[in-house]
Order: sequence, then C-alpha cells, then structure tokens
Amino acid sequence: MEFSEHIRTANVENVVLRQPFHPSTKGTLCITGHHLIFSDRESQSCRQVLLLLRNIDAIEKSVENLLGNSGLLSSARWKERAPGPSSGTLTIKCKDLCVFQLDIPGMEQCLNIAHSIEALSSMNEVADMYPFFHRPHDASLQDQWGLSSPQHQYHQMEALQRGRWRLSYVNGDHTVCPSYPPTVLVPKAVSDEVLLKVARFRQAGRFPVVCYHHRKNGKVIMRSSQPLTGANRKRCQEDELLLQAVIDGSDKGYIIDTRSSQQAQQARMTAGGGVESKSSYPGWTRLHRQMEKGKSLQESLIKVVEACGDQTNNMDRWLSKLENSKWLYHVQTALSTAGLLAECVERDGHSVLVHGSEGTDCTLLISTLAQLIMDPACRTLEGFLTLLEREWVQGGHPFQQRCARSAHSHARLQQEAPVFLLLLDCAWQLWYQFPLALGFSEDLLLRLATEAYASDYGTFLCNSDRERCAIGVKEKTHCLFQALLKPEERELYSNPLYESTELAIWPSVHPQSLQLWRGFFLRWSQQGRHLEEAHDEMRNMICQWGRLAVR
Amino acid sequence: MEHIRTPKVEQVRLLDRFSSKSTSGTLYLTATHLIFVESSPSSPSSAAQEIWVLHHHIASVEKLSLTTTGCPLVIQCRNFRVVHFVLQRERDCHDIYSSLLRLLRPVAYEELYAFSYNPKQNDQQREEGWQLIDLGAEYERMGVPCDQWQLTDVNRDFKVCETYPRDLYVPITANKPIIVGSSKFRSKGRFPVLTYFYQEKKAAVCRCSQPLSGFSARCLEDESMLQAISKANHNSRFVYVMDTRPKLNALANRAAGKGYENEDNYSNIRFQFVGIENIHVMRASLQKLLEVIGNRSLSMSDYLMGIEGCGWLRHVKAVVDAAIFLTKAVTVEGASVLVHCSDGWDRTAQVCSLGALLMDPYYRTIKGFMVLIEKDWISFGHKFADRCDQLDGDPKEVSPVFTQFLECVWQLTEQFPQAFEFSEWFLLQIHEHVHSCQYGNFLGNNQRQREELQLREKTHSLWAFLMEEQQNYQNPFYSSVYGKTHPVLEPSTLPYHFKFWRNMYHQFDRSMHPRQSILKTIHTLKETSLKSAQTLRALENELQQLGVTPVVTSAPPPAPSPSPPPPSREQQQRSLTNANPAPPRPNSLILGAPQVSRKEAQQDEEKQQQQQEEEEEEEEEVGEEATESTDTDRTVEGSSGTDSRKQSYGELEGSYEDGDEMTKEEPAVVSLEFGMARMTC
Repeated sequence: MEFSEHIRTANVENVVLRQPFHPSTKGTLCITGHHLIFSDRESQSCRQVLLLLRNIDAIEKSVENLLGNSGLLSSARWKERAPGPSSGTLTIKCKDLCVFQLDIPGMEQCLNIAHSIEALSSMNEVADMYPFFHRPHDASLQDQWGLSSPQHQYHQMEALQRGRWRLSYVNGDHTVCPSYPPTVLVPKAVSDEVLLKVARFRQAGRFPVVCYHHRKNGKVIMRSSQPLTGANRKRCQEDELLLQAVIDGSDKGYIIDTRSSQQAQQARMTAGGGVESKSSYPGWTRLHRQMEKGKSLQESLIKVVEACGDQTNNMDRWLSKLENSKWLYHVQTALSTAGLLAECVERDGHSVLVHGSEGTDCTLLISTLAQLIMDPACRTLEGFLTLLEREWVQGGHPFQQRCARSAHSHARLQQEAPVFLLLLDCAWQLWYQFPLALGFSEDLLLRLATEAYASDYGTFLCNSDRERCAIGVKEKTHCLFQALLKPEERELYSNPLYESTELAIWPSVHPQSLQLWRGFFLRWSQQGRHLEEAHDEMRNMICQWGRLAVR
Repeated sequence: MEHIRTPKVEQVRLLDRFSSKSTSGTLYLTATHLIFVESSPSSPSSAAQEIWVLHHHIASVEKLSLTTTGCPLVIQCRNFRVVHFVLQRERDCHDIYSSLLRLLRPVAYEELYAFSYNPKQNDQQREEGWQLIDLGAEYERMGVPCDQWQLTDVNRDFKVCETYPRDLYVPITANKPIIVGSSKFRSKGRFPVLTYFYQEKKAAVCRCSQPLSGFSARCLEDESMLQAISKANHNSRFVYVMDTRPKLNALANRAAGKGYENEDNYSNIRFQFVGIENIHVMRASLQKLLEVIGNRSLSMSDYLMGIEGCGWLRHVKAVVDAAIFLTKAVTVEGASVLVHCSDGWDRTAQVCSLGALLMDPYYRTIKGFMVLIEKDWISFGHKFADRCDQLDGDPKEVSPVFTQFLECVWQLTEQFPQAFEFSEWFLLQIHEHVHSCQYGNFLGNNQRQREELQLREKTHSLWAFLMEEQQNYQNPFYSSVYGKTHPVLEPSTLPYHFKFWRNMYHQFDRSMHPRQSILKTIHTLKETSLKSAQTLRALENELQQLGVTPVVTSAPPPAPSPSPPPPSREQQQRSLTNANPAPPRPNSLILGAPQVSRKEAQQDEEKQQQQQEEEEEEEEEVGEEATESTDTDRTVEGSSGTDSRKQSYGELEGSYEDGDEMTKEEPAVVSLEFGMARMTC
C-alpha cells in the first residue's frame, strides 16, 4: 500500500485535543492509512478518539512562534496552551459538521500531520478505502449483503397483479444502463428488444422502470432520465409504447418533471435532452416542478451550516442568513413535490413517471418521499432501509461524487450535492409531524447522514451498481444496512412509540410547519448536546414505560 | 340581551383560513358566546363541528364588502383564532356585526363573564379556590421575613402606593420615612420592594418604577433605600440596578422629570440598561407577526423574512437575555438586583418573573408557576385590564406583554424538556383565560381595584380550576431530580434556539400542526406503566407473604410514586343536536343553545365553559357516534386536516374528490385531546 508514503510523521506526543463537550486533553496523536487516532494518556479515563480520515472535510493550519506571533490566536492565549519554541494548531472540520482543534508541538510535525490528513482524506481510489479493510469481529464477509432484491419486490407485485409486470434481465451485465441494477421491473408487454431501444432514447440509458407499486389501486411510480428528443423533436416509438403499456390504454398518467418547463426546453435545445411531448404521449399529462440540485443545493448547505456555526449572529442576522441559505425552501419544495406525486397515485389513482435530467438525484428524492408518505411498509426500520437501498443504492445515486465533500470544504465544487442529506432532512420533517407513524428514530437519520459521507461499510461506495460490481464491493466490504439491523443497534434506531398505520401520512408543508433540523445542524452546539441528552433520557423513559405497560 | 337582535342565522359558511375549504352551519349569538354549529358533518363517522367564541376573546370584528356568495364577517380573537364567516343576508350580517361590536366591548366590570360564570360551586369551595395561592406562605418559603428583610405594613391601606399589594417586604433598615420618601421619588409611588429572595446567597431581587430624577433631582430617602437593600446583602458591596429600557427611552424620560439613577448619587450601585422595547413596540411587532403568518400563500422566504422583519423573536430574546443577566448577578455574583422600567409593571414583571423561574426550580412546577404569576404579575399590579383590553379602553394601553412572557417560558421549556412540570398546554390554557375574563384572577389592574370589585366574593379562581385539572397539564418527562441537579437553568440565547411558537399563534389552524402528537400517547403509556408497576409490586408482596421469594423478573419498577388517579373517563355528551333531556345551560341560553346531557352537571358545566371558546371538533375524529360527540375536545396537535394540502402540493389538473372523502383515511388516531381527560373509551 502506498499509504505510508503520505505519512511522514505517524506519531506525535503531547498533542492537545480540543473537542466540543469535552475538556481539552493532552495525549498522543497517531495517523494511520485511514484513521486519525488520539489517545489520552494523562487521565485515568483513557479516552480514545478514532476518526475516519475520510470524514475530514477541511483542515486549517495555523502555525505559531515561527516568526514571533502569527496565525489566528493572540500570543497571550497561546502561551497558556502550548509552550515551546514552535507549534501549530490544526482545526479539523468534519463532514458530519463536527469541528475540533489539535495543538501540535513542533511546527514541522504539525505540517506533516496536516499534509498526511489532506492527502489521505481526499484519496479517491475506492479500492483503497477503509470499508475494504474494515473487519468487524461479529460479522463475516459471507453474510448477506443488502436487504432486498428486485425479485422480492416482483413477487409481491405478482401476487397482487398477475401478469402486468415482469422482471427484465436486459441490464444483466450493466451494458444497457450502468447505473441500474442487473434486474429491473418493467411492464410485461414490453420486450427486452424494446427496452434496448428505449434505453438509447433516454439519457445514460435510464429507461423507465417501475420503482413502486401501490397496493391499494395497483398504480405504479416509474422513474427514468429525460428523453433525448433534442432540438429537432426526435421521437422514439418504443418509448411511447412502453409508457402506453404502463397506463394500459384506457387510463391516463402523469409525468412529473423536476425541472421547470423553461429548463426542460433549454435542455432540449442545447443539450439534446427534452420532454415527452403531449402529442407523442397522448395519455400522459406533464407537470413541471422546479427543484434545485447540484451546485445550488451544495451552496445552500454551505450557507446554512455557516449560519449555524456563527455564534455572533444576532436574531435578525440569523433569520436572514437562514432565509438566504434557502435550505428550508428546498425542504419545502421536496416535500410538496413528493406530496404531489403521492397525491397523483393515492388520491387521483394514476400512475406517474418521474424524471429530471439524469434521474439520479431529485427523481430519487421525491419517489422515495412519496413512498414514505403512501406505503406503511416503507416506514418500518427495515422498510426504510430497504427503500433507501432500492431507490438510492441500486437506483444509482452517485454517492461518491455527491458526497465527496460536505459543507466545510474549501475545495472547488465538482459534482457534490447534498441530495441524500436533503432526503434525510425531509424524512425527519415527516418524522416530526408523525412521530408515531415511522418505525425509525432520529438517531438513524443522523447515523445515515454521517455514513453517507464517511463509512466503515461499503454500502455508499461508488456511483453505480456497475462500479460496485467491478471492484467487488459486495464481496469485500460489509453492508451498513445489515449492521444497523443487528439486535444491539436496532433498539437505538427504532422508534419506541411506533404504531403502524395503514394510512397515508400527508405532511403539512406550510412554512410554519417545517423546522430547521436542529438535531443535525446544531448537533455539535452545547445546547444541541443538552437536548440530545434530554432526548436520550426521554427515550429511555418511554422505553421503560413501554416495557412495563406491555407487561 | 338587549343587544342581540338576531340570535340565530342559518346557512352560514365558515371558510378555512388556509385553504379553500368551507363548511356550512348555523350561527348562534348568545349573551356570552358566538357559536357556530356545522349542519351536516362532512363524514358520517364524525360529529358536527362546533366553534365557540367567547365575546371577550374577540379582538375585532370586520364586515367585508358584499360578495356574490354573501356577506363576509371576519372575527379575530385574542387567542389568535381567526374565523371567517359568510352570511347569506346582509341584514343578518349587519345585525350580528353590530351586536358583537357592543358585546365585545363591555363598559363596566360587572358585565364581564366572570361575574355571571357559575361552575356550581358553593361558597366554601369558591373560598377554598381563592385560598389556594398564599403569597405570605410563598415569602416564607423563600425565607423572608428574616434577619435582613421584614414585612412592612406601610401600604396596608394602599396609601403609599395604590398599585402595590398590601403586604410588602423591605430591608429591615428601611423605616417608614425612608419608604414614604422613596415612594414620592418614584413614578406612581412604586418604591423598591422585595420580589424574590435567593436564600443561598442572601441576595434579593427587588423591583420598583423609575426615579423622578429628571436632569438633576435627588432624593436622600431613595438613596437610603438602595443603601438599605445593599446592606441587607453581605455578599456583595453593591446593588445592580437594571433599567430594562433602552437607554434612549430612559434619556427621553428625563425631560419629563423622570429618568434613571445617577451612579454618582447612589454610592453603591452598578447601573445597567438592558434594552427591552416598550409596550407600543411590542404591540406593533406582534401585530406584524400575525399579519405575516396570516398570509394564505406564504412562501418559505416570505415567512422567514417576515419573522425577521416583525422583530418578535428579537424582543423575546431580549427579555430572556435580561432574565439571564439578572440570574447571573444573583446566583453567580451573589449580588442583589433592583429591576425597573418606567412604571415597573410590564418589563419589570417579565424580567423578575423569568429570572425567578431560572433561579428557583419551585417556579417550574405547576403550583409554583401559579404562585409566580400571582406574585409578580397579579399582586404587583401588571395592568391586565388595560393590557388585555378587558373593558373598552385606550387601544394604546393594550399590549401583549404577558403573552410575551408566556412565550419566553415556552422557549425555555423547549430548551429544557425535563425541567418543567407543566407542558405547553398549561401555558396556552393560562393565556386563554387571561383573555377570557371567565375567572376573577386577571380582572382589573391592581389588587386594590380587585378588592373593590369584590372578586373573591363574586367570581371564581382560575388556579383552583387548573389545579383540579392538573394531570392534563403535566409534562410526562418532568423529573423533579432535574431541579436538584440543575437548580439554576442556563439557557442559551443564541438566536437559533428561538423558534416560532406555532401552537400559540396557530393554535386553531389545524392544518399547521404536526399530524400526530406524542404527548397524549406518552401520557397514556406512562399511566399504564405505572399501573402495571403497581400490580407487579402487589403481586410480589403477595408472593412474599406466601413465603415465596419473587424471582427477580426485571429491574425494579422505576417509578415508585403512587399512580395518579385514573383520568375521568366520562364522556362529555354534549351536542346541540342531542335530544337527550337535560337541564338547560344557564347564562348562555338563547334559542337553540346547547343542552347538557349528563349526570354531573356541575363538573360538566365547568368543563364546558372552559372549552366553549376552544377548538372545534376534529371532523376526522374516529368513529364515535355523532351524539357521543367529542366536540369539546381541544386538539392542539390534532390529526390531520387534508384541507390545505391541495393548495400546497400543486395545481394538479383534473378533478379530485374533495378532501372530505379522503379525510377518513387520514390517521385520525392520535388527536391529542388536550384539556380534558377525555380519551374516548
């Protein structure tokens, strides 16, 4: 391994760690290929801090006593902390939004450490990442990887609606669509040959597939990428046929496009993309809902995190920064678009096709949320994880690109976008409005928010199923979802008040009904910590009462 | 009665505030209430919706211009309910409008509801109700009188200060001439007196009004008074004087011969402005807030900018900041603090009571909170009558100072979910009755006036009523241990800890709320578990008596406290359409007014009264018979309304069945029936 060439100084003694909620402690810092390890030798407690380097989003250096005083801190304060000729402070900002400082004696060592962290935390070779080395003692690589399979979903549907749908293996070797799994659900009337042609008509081969089947009325949610109609309004008969087969002639259907119609037109004129035109798809009604993605979403996250981190804000500045970040606006848009989708299926009784341009971001976001709203089976702990696996992991959300950096990073933005985080936030809003209807806890959402960016597990590695297969993620890493369902974890991640309900849970999307997800954004503030402790205690009380009540 | 020209109007439509949904029904005008009864329930499984609006709750009535559908009438209430009726005939609308205009502005105290409200208690019960809170005992609990503080009888006959109570506590070295002299130097005679004593450090919180110092005036007695306060505390060589006004306001007051203490004249004070704005600013701020949130198609950005623009949360934060300053001075430095504003009955009351709440866990209990309000607000003469507009008075005197205090407390309960014995519902209930004028507690502007009105003889006390109902106000997560481990609360006032209090300002807008509330579920769960624990213990005892050592089945039950009495399971069976023979309700009975159908008329009466003006029935309420109505249930965080969804999610073309059909499918399970222990059994 080439990790060692990045590590110039592996061990430093007498490092002071200053972390939220803990008194600052002196100990030994150690850098390994994947971790930053701090162990406290001073006190009896023997505190050890283990941090995945991958979790580090940004690192700031300030070197002291190099030329008298420089850096961020005044010399008076400096002397109290770190005597000695030269030393430096590293401020480490993590992707889970935690920020802490390390005071490292010796300028050179400090710079070495910083260099190692920078190099190792931004390594992009997937096969070198920690999940390939993580070997928990209580799990074996032979354990099942993943929770569900399209086959399982198919059998459920088949039991309800015999003969309408089928499993297609046309993507068996990922050549038709790299970001789809080998097996997908499609209308039975459509042959693989047709699918091949449809795939050529859709961006990146993401032809329309069934992602959800509504048991109450047999309607489905399909998702795809945009059709490649281009400036000269190309048509594809097979594509029209496929969609016709979905609504089965008599019926009608909705297409929810996550772009505004101007954006869609623009994509048609300039990028060869486009929309399904009314005349070519007679049964289908198109609805445009503009949803931000990509860069503007990432910038929104950066702004909201910045606003939460600035303790000097007064009330007006805070509110105006929160407004300016637009984060809550994105939450509102996502929930209301998902509500619209669910409304089409559940109340209006029609099938829906969702897409934006690539169909790997907002498309997944709203189809997932709509399923949470409508389907009680998705609201249990397993159900939710299965949903995430199906829609996001197998559905081809490019986790590696989207979650490469988070809100603190100074690096130039590339493909980063907190779409998955937005999903978790929306799920939290649902949970907040329906505290009894969801089987999982806030802790689960927080854990997922961390794991998506840096993980011991292979679940969120790579950008697509093809990439995962190519480097053997399923054979060589452990599955996060399986780990979260282990009995000892399960208790923490399930909602003690959960009562299953068959009803749809329609969230209110009035601005007054939505909240900043304090549990996530203010997680590392002192008060946030108090609240977290209080909530833990409350949770224990509920569990205790629950046990007694059952007895 | 003579003001009511049209007691009943049929075919009135009630428009939902945030959607295009409407219900039709009948409007009744009684001497005390305006009642809307839905004519045909939207779904057979739910009871008819009823809305009771107490006249005293009405802040304004507005007749909008005639439309094709009828004559709109918009009623805004002080509990932030807004109802929008459309009456078919203009004449009816005008009649109701002009009757309401007269009824909602009583000109004499005797017209207030409290004087006619009769929960069928006998005089002894009423008297006991009034004795529930004893301020003398409260000062004893704090540890006064003591070697440094004494009870003075100088104001026994309200001679020195007519807006103060009779019993006042002052330093032992403050003799009568000092007191009288000082009072002459203070606005409205409100000289410095003790309001809270922090026993641990012998530090006192005192309150007064601004000195009449002008540009240079001095008063030796007043200086001695502050000296005396300082001397009473050996822990600190000086007294903090907190002027809760912005400095500019205080300076402006100097021109009017008032002002603030000059540090040069008072030998041992540390003077501090804390900058809470005055009642006019607060009134305008809340008004703006209500305008913003009343907007039907409010975008996220307009909402956040509106919250910022109205400044309400900034003002709330300012009050909490001031209370924290006070708390730190007393508990950390051990210094005594004198708090004042202009007259010492608005901002001073806010800061003193909020400070005490932070310092003393007792005030965070249900009873303690009542005591706190009784002490700092009622007895020290917060002008409830003027501020809450009880009688037709000067609109410039109206201000949501007390509402703001309750909101500050709520913000604290959000930061410390285990520290308060009461839940949000308790605060909302108090707020409701501050404006309802149904109980005597908040009538009038000061103690003297209350005595003249003979409130104790003629009206009932809210505290007794709340006490009886206290299990409904309990916070299930309250831990009394928390008060011991955290005697002093240290809230953070970073701006992001202040939230918009939806349950206060949108209490009656169902579609705004989380669709499920855990509070009731948790209450039930807790109760069941306590019972099981008891059963378990009983069984173990039995086993022991039989000579069997019980196998340790589990950890011992955690809550050895006696299980609270089971909630009253009686159904409130009240319905206008109910044909059950029953005694008519007194007072409010005009044509077709509701009838009571139950055995214990007494309790019922009381509960009804309390609920009348409250939340309408959840139409999605689970399948009860229509007559067994749950319509008195107040649902703060009720189950869903489907109403607003259509607007919010999209302009989906094509026709839908309107919300009604779907309402059945909503999770109606968990409407939180606050207020009454009325779980439908």
